[in-house]
Amino acid sequence: MGREGEVVTQLLPEFERRHPDIRVKVQQLPWTAAHEKLLTAFAGDTTPDVCQLGNTWIPELAALNALEPLDRYAAASSIVQAADYFPGIWDTNRMDGSLYGVPWYVDTRLLFYRRDLLARAGFSTPPASWQEWKRMLAAVTNAQADQHGILLPLNEFEPLLALALQQDEPLLRDDGRWGNFGGVGFRRALGLYLEMFQRGWAPPLGTAAISNVWNEFGRGRFVFYISGPWNISEFQRRLPAEQQDSWMTAPLPGPDGPGASIAGGSSLVVFRASRHRAEAWRLIEFLSEPAVQRRFHALTGDLPPRRTTWSDPALARDVYARAFREQLERVKPAPKVPEWERIATEMRLVAERAVHGRLSLDQATQALDTRAAQILEKRRWLLARRGAG
Amino acid sequence: MRRTAAAWCFVAPALLVIAIFFFVPVVAALGLSFTDFDIYALADPHNLRLVGLGNYVRLLQTPLFWQAFGNTLYFVVVGVPLSMLASFGAALLLHSRLARFPGFFRTALFAPVVTTLVAVAVIWRYLFNPHYGLLNYALSRLGIPAVDWLGDPHWAMPAIIILAVWKNFGYNMVILLAGLQSIPEPLYEAARIDGASAWRQFRHVTLPMLAPIVAMVNILTIAGYFQLFAEPYVMTQGGPLQSTVSVLYFMYEEGFKWWNLGSASAVAFVLFVFIFCVTALQLRLARWQSAA
Repeated sequence: MGREGEVVTQLLPEFERRHPDIRVKVQQLPWTAAHEKLLTAFAGDTTPDVCQLGNTWIPELAALNALEPLDRYAAASSIVQAADYFPGIWDTNRMDGSLYGVPWYVDTRLLFYRRDLLARAGFSTPPASWQEWKRMLAAVTNAQADQHGILLPLNEFEPLLALALQQDEPLLRDDGRWGNFGGVGFRRALGLYLEMFQRGWAPPLGTAAISNVWNEFGRGRFVFYISGPWNISEFQRRLPAEQQDSWMTAPLPGPDGPGASIAGGSSLVVFRASRHRAEAWRLIEFLSEPAVQRRFHALTGDLPPRRTTWSDPALARDVYARAFREQLERVKPAPKVPEWERIATEMRLVAERAVHGRLSLDQATQALDTRAAQILEKRRWLLARRGAG
Repeated sequence: MRRTAAAWCFVAPALLVIAIFFFVPVVAALGLSFTDFDIYALADPHNLRLVGLGNYVRLLQTPLFWQAFGNTLYFVVVGVPLSMLASFGAALLLHSRLARFPGFFRTALFAPVVTTLVAVAVIWRYLFNPHYGLLNYALSRLGIPAVDWLGDPHWAMPAIIILAVWKNFGYNMVILLAGLQSIPEPLYEAARIDGASAWRQFRHVTLPMLAPIVAMVNILTIAGYFQLFAEPYVMTQGGPLQSTVSVLYFMYEEGFKWWNLGSASAVAFVLFVFIFCVTALQLRLARWQSAA
């Protein structure tokens, strides 16, 4: 899918050379159409053998019973070794005790920040806790001069989700039957999120209104920006050479000390309907080899999911990737229910209304619990029936 | 009798195709709207529940549906008159004897209709850009402060309307132009002999002769504008603050993003009933007018 779909065709000749009896046909999908296409393919019994899947889609396709459990294959494999993968990422591929995917590359969110501006305000290191972070935000913000501490684009749910995942309490309760947004944990996360806007630390804008995030970051319109690994190469490419020393990445600060973030990324899965499951697994093993992952990283910039691959000198030397390496040890999966994406979208919309002052914190958490209860109604019914039957 | 049978034989293939590819899906969708078909039901048909009118009841209690409905009404109420005026004005100009190169202008004004929307959207996103867009540049020349067209919840819908009117007026223009050209010249001659001014010729010859065409174009335009989807889909994805979510966009998200095909079908039928009522009302009005 997307760029990965193009790049993988450069890796495959090697695989076909090693396995002369296997021919791989790659079908590329744009990310925007992929979800729809996969569900349609499932309905029409035309699913592929192997597929790249955003790891938040695994619960949905596992609920459809479309994916082949991979425990048996992984247990017998000398290449795919669970212990070598970052635990949070590996966990996103497990549903009800079965393994449905093997992580291919990872994605998480953390801080991009302007080292020079932070130093000018008297801070030599990035924040480790929310307290420190707030002190820095207050010190660097000058709302009159349109100078803000942080950019939290209102059209993304990920920053808020990352803050929410740092809490001990889960986002859904009772095995995903109800929302848990009224709980202390989420209230604390949303509270911080809203405080950042109310105090003028974050401008109430979406990325569309910013139009060029990289330029504005270079101009110092904001000091912190929560974003993902793809932006390392974007900032390297788009900021002028003399500014390259002025920015850095840092793990997300947590409520008290270093915090968790989102366990995102893509996995490789095998479809149950496939008639070439053994061959499909061999392809997954090939793409999981540290040497192949290194090439894949060099081609795409996507971050590898295995610790062994990270020991490669090229990656170990990359100062911007270092924070990701650290953050990846502390990533947590979002709730693993098929309805989660919809709930996350509601979360973003409600947060946006609260930022615009149309909802208070209490009203926002209440609205979210109500919406989540509606969205999860079918799931409760299914679980109740399964319990009875 | 034999002739009717022969006629049925001739239309049978067409009827069959219409029945299979139109009526069956419509009836199936109606059936679907009484169920809670979703991905769980896709996995196992036993997970399908009959919910009767549940989808409809819940839909009418969903604030976002009403917001989408309001947005769509706003789009129709403002967009249709603007579009009709633009089409009519352009048709009159092209029909005028003073017009130079009518063939060229007819093609140029019709061009937006046949251009793909995705390409058009790229251009218009630049035109609407708050910092270096042409539109704000023109406004600043008039001393009007910059408008954040696609980022401000109050301005996003007007921006969509401007785009839609520009994109679609050429189509009606061609139909109206054909109507204008079919008005017999002797009527104008007679009016001139009676001493009618240009305005009175327009008022008493052009408008009455064109009335049936205007009524038809109006009905088609309103029905079309109620089905607003592509413009917000490519320009704003329904944002900001859901100010450009139309009923059809709402249905798309419900059905193809969240895969709740049951409630998405219900949205489709609510919209259908509404458009049907509006069209029936218009037909009644047109008939009443022509009788008067």
